Amino acid sequence: MKFKLAMIAAAAVLAGAAAHAAEPPLKVGIITSYTGPSAVNGKAVDIALDLWVKQNGDTVAGRKVEFIKRDTGGPAPDLVKRQVQELIVRDKVDLIVGIDYTPNALAAGPVSTQAKMPILIVNAATAGIIANAPYMSRFGFTTGQIAAPLGQWAVKNGIKSTIVMYADYGPGIDAGTFFKRAYAEAGGKVADEVKMPLQNPDFSAYIQRIKDAKPDGVFVFLPSGAQSNAFLKAYKDAGLFDAGIKLLATGDLTDEPSLDAIGDAAVGMITSYDYSDAHDSPMNKEWVKAYKEVGGADARPDFQAVAAWDAIHAVYDVVKAQNGKLDPDKTMELIKQVKFESPRGPIMIDPATRDIVQNVYIRRVEKRDGHLYNVEIDTIPMVTSPAGR
Amino acid sequence: MVSRAMVTEAASPRAIFAEHERWRWPETVFWLAALSVVYLFPEYLTLASQVVISGLFALSLDLLLGYTGMASLGHAAFFGLGAYTAGLLGKHGWHEPLSGLVVAGLVAGAVGLVCSLVIARLQSIALLMVTLGIGVMLHEGANQAQSLTGGDDGLQGVDIAPVLGLFDWDIFGRTAFLYALAIAFLCFLAARRLVHSPFGLSLRGIKENTKRVPSLGIKVRSRVIAIFTISAALAGVAGGLLAQTTQFVGLEVLSFDRSAGVLIMLVLGGAGTLYGAFVGAALFMIAKDFLSASDPVYWYFWIGLLLCVVVAFGKGGVVGVTTRAWAAIFRRGGAK
Repeated sequence: MKFKLAMIAAAAVLAGAAAHAAEPPLKVGIITSYTGPSAVNGKAVDIALDLWVKQNGDTVAGRKVEFIKRDTGGPAPDLVKRQVQELIVRDKVDLIVGIDYTPNALAAGPVSTQAKMPILIVNAATAGIIANAPYMSRFGFTTGQIAAPLGQWAVKNGIKSTIVMYADYGPGIDAGTFFKRAYAEAGGKVADEVKMPLQNPDFSAYIQRIKDAKPDGVFVFLPSGAQSNAFLKAYKDAGLFDAGIKLLATGDLTDEPSLDAIGDAAVGMITSYDYSDAHDSPMNKEWVKAYKEVGGADARPDFQAVAAWDAIHAVYDVVKAQNGKLDPDKTMELIKQVKFESPRGPIMIDPATRDIVQNVYIRRVEKRDGHLYNVEIDTIPMVTSPAGR
Repeated sequence: MVSRAMVTEAASPRAIFAEHERWRWPETVFWLAALSVVYLFPEYLTLASQVVISGLFALSLDLLLGYTGMASLGHAAFFGLGAYTAGLLGKHGWHEPLSGLVVAGLVAGAVGLVCSLVIARLQSIALLMVTLGIGVMLHEGANQAQSLTGGDDGLQGVDIAPVLGLFDWDIFGRTAFLYALAIAFLCFLAARRLVHSPFGLSLRGIKENTKRVPSLGIKVRSRVIAIFTISAALAGVAGGLLAQTTQFVGLEVLSFDRSAGVLIMLVLGGAGTLYGAFVGAALFMIAKDFLSASDPVYWYFWIGLLLCVVVAFGKGGVVGVTTRAWAAIFRRGGAK
């Protein structure tokens, strides 16, 4: 009897294997930073993908899913262009997921168009970069989508005058411009606009400027890491939090993996973003728990992880909808109809721009059980991405 | 070796230069091997074209470091200048690639000439600091000049016409590779001619003993200015090639990483050999490509190990080791 069962089981396994062998594997190229200063991106993407496969299986529409991973090491447009080309001509991937810098996405665009290769972008935040790339869609966010609602919110919540400060490079100018515009249009007064050098070791002069001007709020954008940490520390040490000057920023500065490292200097800071691991929904609570099971107890999902999760979710959906036979144009039609509940809340793809439409949350950094969290205090529902600055 | 020493003693200076410059058959093998990549590895041509471009960039540095003994930590400045020049031309209506490349070289060379007026006065640490400074300044300048360069987002909309009006840019990178290889070969021939000329010999003199060469009637300053300008122009051509073949220019073309990377490639391949530039670029980039694909998270460890091994045990880089091994075998077999 036991022998018979074993035979049947073996036969079933073989039959299953044969069925799989009939369908070629579904190859998904993954391009992100696995090394360098942004290695944390690659880690988040990997955990999200592992978790998705763990929960949803490694086979979709009869095709076994294979991830082919490529490391960019940071902004490296010529390398990324080559990686996309090679994934297409050599590895013959069906889709590409990832990309975490604007120049990388821009360099990949023409190849994607030429080869009709669908690329689902996880995080490249400059507006308008996929306008000329009909086979690209964005699952992260755009800086304008995040910064503009914060400007409107600030006016509504009694912050009448603000100093706008940002690092003098593409993303900083983007964030500063979008915030300033939305804030001024809503009736706020921009007391001052300060561009800071990108590599700036000392913020004391800027902090003094805030002290002298005594605005209701300060909007700041700096590259997250050493720069923003130094700014926050100087801000707190100067007693500006105690003086009631609200510190506003986009959520990049209080990204979950680095939040605890920033320390208590961040408490009280107000940011706007598309995802917080403290997002209060049953789905997110489950997801954060499962994420820690895969990535370890210290792993905290962030915007990268959730964007990668939603992108691979969309990949499975479009492969299923086409019964495993992918056509790039059909794939993009289906991507434009993407609409589902994500751990970050409801999301959809805007069919006109292929950019994501999602809730933007206003959060305050708070300490709970010894850890810092971005606690959501307000929601701006289903924000579309504004056009370029 | 023996025969060459005899020639040196007996023959006229002209014959000595001719002997040094004589084309040797391994060189033919090298370039044919490079060309054969088109047929042997048609799926790797994009990588191959970037190897060739990096090789040309390393060659420009070899003229400085390997032949004149001047190290530079900011050579990406000229690479980037060439890249932005070629990219901007392509973006604003000048789509013809060859003339674009010439302009890229001229612009980088002109800036190199200006820089060299200062650089010719410097040595060792001061030289490193100033070249580093030039690189950082241009990087920040390109970041600031957003309206011109696109800043951190990169220069998009670069449109390059088919090479010679015949060969369009294909997704396999065939045109890109052949175009890059042809340009690199021409530049290589020029560099080869240069280092084997009396001018090249004077550069070696400067490298060996800067204080003594003036006693031979050589003006060190003007020679250094000349070679720095030539080197900058070559780097500009390499940068222009990258911009044209990728049709995009990112701020990274000016980054310190690129300056350091080209130095590593040159040391790995062997400075002062010309071929070391290409061999080092190939070894470094293929190793990087292979390792980062097979282990995207920890591949830097293996790169580091490779560098340590080559630098610790392989004096003169890959080309140096190969040449010595070759000579040893040749002597053993040919002496009797």
